[in-house]
Amino acid sequence: MNAETKLYDCRDAFVGTLEALAEANPEIVAVCNDSVGSSKLGGFRDRWPDRLVNVGIAEQNMVGVGAGLANGGKLPFVCGAACFLTGRALEQIKADIAYSNANVKLCGISAGMAYGELGPTHHSIEDFAWLRALPNLPVIAPCDRAETAAATRFAASYEGPLFLRLSRVGVPDILPDDHEFALGKANRLREGSDLTIIANGVLTHRALAAADLLAGNGIEARVLNMATVRPIDEEAIGAAAADTGAILTCEEHTVFGGLGSAVAEVVVRGRPVPMEILGVPGIFPPTGSANFLLDEFGMSPEGIAERAMALLKRKA
Amino acid sequence: MQDLKAIANRIRRRDLQAVFEAGAGHIGGEMSAIDILTALYFHVLDVDPTAPKKPDRDRFVLSKGHTANALYVTLAEAGFIPRDEVATFLKPHSRLNGHPNCTKVPGVETNTGPLGHGLPVAVGMAKAAQMSGASWRTFVLTGDGEMQEGSNWEAAMAAAQFKLDNLTLIIDHNRLQQGARLADTNNLAPIPPRFEAFGWAVVEIDGNDMDAIVGALAPEARVAGKPKCIVAHTNKGQGISFMQDRVEWHHKVPSREQYEQAMKELEAAAQ
Repeated sequence: MNAETKLYDCRDAFVGTLEALAEANPEIVAVCNDSVGSSKLGGFRDRWPDRLVNVGIAEQNMVGVGAGLANGGKLPFVCGAACFLTGRALEQIKADIAYSNANVKLCGISAGMAYGELGPTHHSIEDFAWLRALPNLPVIAPCDRAETAAATRFAASYEGPLFLRLSRVGVPDILPDDHEFALGKANRLREGSDLTIIANGVLTHRALAAADLLAGNGIEARVLNMATVRPIDEEAIGAAAADTGAILTCEEHTVFGGLGSAVAEVVVRGRPVPMEILGVPGIFPPTGSANFLLDEFGMSPEGIAERAMALLKRKA
Repeated sequence: MQDLKAIANRIRRRDLQAVFEAGAGHIGGEMSAIDILTALYFHVLDVDPTAPKKPDRDRFVLSKGHTANALYVTLAEAGFIPRDEVATFLKPHSRLNGHPNCTKVPGVETNTGPLGHGLPVAVGMAKAAQMSGASWRTFVLTGDGEMQEGSNWEAAMAAAQFKLDNLTLIIDHNRLQQGARLADTNNLAPIPPRFEAFGWAVVEIDGNDMDAIVGALAPEARVAGKPKCIVAHTNKGQGISFMQDRVEWHHKVPSREQYEQAMKELEAAAQ
């Protein structure tokens, strides 16, 4: 990424799309936990004050209320900081939303390490693991503005619960403006035959930059943007293993149970190939911004490229 | 009213039989709640077993989901599921597992089992009706021990803040929880002033007295701008002498001898 590359906070794409959807569908309501500002719901509140349900600082109730609103015919987008939404209300997500098949859209805002310096209490780097263990709950982490908008439109049209994992960390545009989101389908952003790098969320643009660095060394990496962690794109993973023989995953999440684990589960069942899983290495991160911490944990473009080179040495 | 009492007696007998035959269940809390369930399904709720999802139906949430079998028997009696199906309670692949599942059992609105879930969901339902200007009402039945769950108090605050006078919480106050008496565990007494302090309208009734239940649930008992809490004083094991008010009957299963004795008592009460 050069110095002029513009970076965008995907929350803007999320709320812009949500407001457009809400204009067309009067049953759409927003539910939040005093998080009007951090979820950027100020515009929604100003336009439809009666359609914003702010339960106060009470995440368990927030998720339960979301389920009840859906039962009563509303289409709720439940928005809260991802760390509290998923951690505090996990049992409500399981019982009231996923198991009850409530048509609720759970929107985890400022996920991953977006709250960097605020520390591990405010990081949401376990949410893939917690949520992808639940049946009937698609887990989606868009990589840029276009995918965030597309995934939000998809959420409104999809009959059933899902989790949207949204960041506030600036990312460049990657996908075209008219991108359409397909659940469980990865996007092949770059072709290559030496290895495949799989990423999502704020890691996708770093993976692309790493692939550029590798190309400078004569290594051609396929890059898959895998926004949907569950249901995972088994076909794309199988093809990556078959065509490139090595897979490196990158995620803003602990290496225990996230995207890398989901990919590995597919790889070991089908065509085992050498893999590396990049992420937070199972520790409570030290103080630092999200971008600092991602670099610190080896997920700068240079760090990713270095791990890719090491992985290639293990390739048969 | 005689009809309601007769129905409640029939539901008690069928519930007892099902728990005995399944060899498991939560009979104590089922007996305490059956009069309330009967009043709801046969006198209060605007629900239609032929159209269980009609949008303007009243909503009922059994938050004390462990007493699912009492709900199943009530739903069977009301025509939501076949009466014969109660015999499948807890059997492999039965729709009727130990806690109600709304994706499988018509008439069930949301899945419960973990305690402290029903009231928040009911607040959302009532809020939906309020936002839509709809007249349907929401009722939720919790256990009393269940009120130890903090999520209920989150929901209690929200219900008052939202002025949900279309919401009725009924607390099955049988004074016993799984392991001991509430008073010896985490005593919630006095419950009514706690809810009043949270901004609710509160009434106390004998929750095993059909007239009292029907009176408290009447639409005209609504208090404008306030959610309603009915503290229903009940007896765990109500109607069966040796179970009544005894902690061990939370989920004990009667022996054949006890089953016959209990059935005899319930049949005598039906006369």
